[in-house]
Amino acid sequence: MAKLPTSVPLLIDRFGPHTHTVPPGGWTSAEVPDRTVKTHCCFCGQQCGIQLKVKDNKVVGFEPWQDFPFNLGKLCPKGVKRYLQGDHPDRLLTPLERVEGEGFRRTDWNTALDRTAEAIRRIQKEHGHDAFAVLTGASLTNEKAYLMGKFARVALRTANIDYNGRLCMVSAAAASKKILGYDRAANPWSDIRKSKCILVAGANIAECAPITTEYLWSAREAGAKIIVLDPRMTPIARTVDLYIPVRSGGDIGIFNGMLHVMIERGWIDRDFIAKHTTGFEEVERTVKKYTPEYASKIAGVPASMIVRAAEMWGPAESSFLLHSRGIEHHTKGVENCMAAINLVVATGRIGREGSGYAMITGQGNGQGAREQGQKCDQLPGHRDIENPEHREHMANVWGVLESSIPRKGLSALELFEAAHARKIRGMVLLSFNPMVSLPDQRFIREAIERLEFFAVIDFFLSETARFADIVFPGSLMEEDEGTTTSAEGRVIHHRQVVDPPGEARQDWKIICDLAARVGPKDKFAFSSPKEIFDELRQASRGGASDYYGITWEKIDEQNGVFWPCPELDHPGTPRLYEGGRFAHPDGKAHFQPVEWRPAAEEPDEEYPITLTSGRVVAHYLSGNQTRRIGALVKQTPQPYCEMHPRLAEKLSVTEGDFVRIESRRGSTTLRALIVKTIRPDHVFVPYHWPLERSVNNCTIRAIDPVSKIPEFKICAVRVAKSAAPEDDHVKLAPEAGGLR
Amino acid sequence: MSELAFFIDYSRCIGCRACVQACEECDTHRGQSMIHLETIERRDTVQTAPQMCMHCEDPVCARVCPADAIKQTPEGVTQSSLKPRCIGCANCVMACPFGVPKYEAHIDQMMKCDYCFDRTSVGKKPMCATVCPSQALTFTTREEIERTRRGRPINEWRFGDEVVRTKVFVLVPPATTRVDVGLGALRAGKNGPHIRPVAKDDVAALLEDLP
Repeated sequence: MAKLPTSVPLLIDRFGPHTHTVPPGGWTSAEVPDRTVKTHCCFCGQQCGIQLKVKDNKVVGFEPWQDFPFNLGKLCPKGVKRYLQGDHPDRLLTPLERVEGEGFRRTDWNTALDRTAEAIRRIQKEHGHDAFAVLTGASLTNEKAYLMGKFARVALRTANIDYNGRLCMVSAAAASKKILGYDRAANPWSDIRKSKCILVAGANIAECAPITTEYLWSAREAGAKIIVLDPRMTPIARTVDLYIPVRSGGDIGIFNGMLHVMIERGWIDRDFIAKHTTGFEEVERTVKKYTPEYASKIAGVPASMIVRAAEMWGPAESSFLLHSRGIEHHTKGVENCMAAINLVVATGRIGREGSGYAMITGQGNGQGAREQGQKCDQLPGHRDIENPEHREHMANVWGVLESSIPRKGLSALELFEAAHARKIRGMVLLSFNPMVSLPDQRFIREAIERLEFFAVIDFFLSETARFADIVFPGSLMEEDEGTTTSAEGRVIHHRQVVDPPGEARQDWKIICDLAARVGPKDKFAFSSPKEIFDELRQASRGGASDYYGITWEKIDEQNGVFWPCPELDHPGTPRLYEGGRFAHPDGKAHFQPVEWRPAAEEPDEEYPITLTSGRVVAHYLSGNQTRRIGALVKQTPQPYCEMHPRLAEKLSVTEGDFVRIESRRGSTTLRALIVKTIRPDHVFVPYHWPLERSVNNCTIRAIDPVSKIPEFKICAVRVAKSAAPEDDHVKLAPEAGGLR
Repeated sequence: MSELAFFIDYSRCIGCRACVQACEECDTHRGQSMIHLETIERRDTVQTAPQMCMHCEDPVCARVCPADAIKQTPEGVTQSSLKPRCIGCANCVMACPFGVPKYEAHIDQMMKCDYCFDRTSVGKKPMCATVCPSQALTFTTREEIERTRRGRPINEWRFGDEVVRTKVFVLVPPATTRVDVGLGALRAGKNGPHIRPVAKDDVAALLEDLP
């Protein structure tokens, strides 16, 4: 029975989020640390190298790791303050079970594991294997991601496992795979510096991937032209050569319009297209009607901007495409990305130094997490769960019958729709906070409340964990060991820095303990994450994301290894597609024609304004971690509604007024931030907050038919000046979703 | 330390505040950040500007200090006020042309950036310049800056008739040799000339020739 066991204020009082500002030992402590450990930041797909200082088994500070080649010591504010999580008073230190009306009480590990195992057995017996679902995070190590996939398919034998990368990279992944054959950035980031023209589409790099700005600026110093597409003038857009304030959902207008002009003016590489690609004729036919004038109507920008973009990108000596959630979070997210990648392949500028393509991963292990088999449609090594050969390979690695491996299951949002329809009856969730991060929050809450049993593994009691029957205290990145795969495709080593506090356990141990109670115990008899990694290497062998030749020792020696790395003496593959060899069986890139279509919900008379959402640099994903770090909360304490002065005037709103944003699904009331740096037909709200301050009260559950990513970046709202809100949550602290 | 210098490139600043957060982690003043991140005029632009102590060759903050609490090292680093000497008069706060020193009432002392002297004096980079993700703050050699940046590093400022040379450099367009701070405009007050960001940062203006 997954309902709140007591009131939100009482839960917050005990479990937070509270802000924690002071490091272990206090600010004035000048003690010499016991040791300094080289590891990586736990946030975002950049996975910067960092050194953590340890004293008495606690992380007490950091020192930049200037030799790590990706970031050379650079860090964003989240990286600087990440160490404050370890000794946080909100940390979960014992297993908990819900007590109706009171909240949670401490329980012991055996009771928590036995109760969960019993619930799994009962639900699966009564409603079938697929009625119990597993939901995971994309911030897990590769080892944990692999283990979760095995846990679902071998121990629970459920098809229904998916992960929160479904909110992040899946559109980029699907598009890249369709055209280029691999789901991975084509180039290492060092190639960005050498490019002469860079197109940044829907990527607020300054807030979401700050380290990447230095790569852009280095290219600019060396003479590169930079084009940015975004409805908001972001900090990188301010100083680039061409900023195109595209309307949200209009990107295909820009891409197809640019290609139209490039074909007309002869700025495509017909030799490359003939030798190394298929399907260009249909793309050429498709973009014929995308004249700059027609494209400008779709994109909502002057035609001259599209022509100018083509003039910069078309004849460039070398070029680099970067994109992220701005074009991916759409019901046509895959098509948006494909239209963008078409531009890269049409010029033949890929697979060489300074020329290529990369999608910017948002989550810590967004890249690796989708390779190891915790997606509902994939087995490890990027294998297709419906492909008989791929299934056979995994059956051999796992020592099970091929027929026992479940088929394709439901994606993250579909899982909640199934829970709402009472088809999913129980769920185990690890490091995912849907009660902030999923769209249409009222529906998601109803879906969770309909679960008969809900267990959560996390290190803080997230907004979602409040609904759990059993809460298992898990581990922070620095309390475990394993690998992640950065946005570049570089597999890196997170070292264990300290032990989990109290009775908290490493997540992989919790999963193995649970698996031993519900499935074949011998298949989860791992004694270390390194053992799991060694099985993962075998599992991925021969797959697209081949990790077989990667060992932890090689990672340490080389400061990371890029996949594919098929043999032990192979150095890894930083740059894909060299020599025009693509990853499809025919070795060619497969162009994909793309027609523009409207969003699931376009503005209309009733809801005339486009709402778009995104991030701020101080917070990470649902804020479950960063809304507890005092310095980061101070930097951006609460969400706000960005609007242009012209819109503000129309709505009679002045700076600091409260505005109510209302969609067909729900509403939120926030303070207005009036800025000229946003399109006058859009409003923007950052999404890291819960409850009444959640922009996801308003966003829509519509998903891309291929990637199943939700359309976070566009829905129709009305906005009106409002009195100060009087809801129950106003008095909470800002980090908890209040307005003080 | 002598070969390395501090450079600020405002065109690179992304307003992330990594510098502010990292400054707080410095061993000599843990818990106290001494760099400021200024938001120019958020309504008009996303431009931001980190403001650290510029370490003037002839620091006016030290000159006006009645208690002789502000010292300059032989390397040219102007340090925060010495706790036993500082009388909290805030003369330095008012005198500094860059608006850097801050009087901290809770400790009754003036605090400001000391060039991470604990780090720079032993060959390390200042914390803010080490972490700055966009390298708007950089600690490197002048040769390296001239090789890798398009702008010109300058350290000469004119405030009215007063010329100030600083240890910290800023990157400016190549044609610029000195930063003239328009005191005239500022003196004219709110009714006088006012420097506004150019219209290019107004997204609505960019969309105006839409068919």
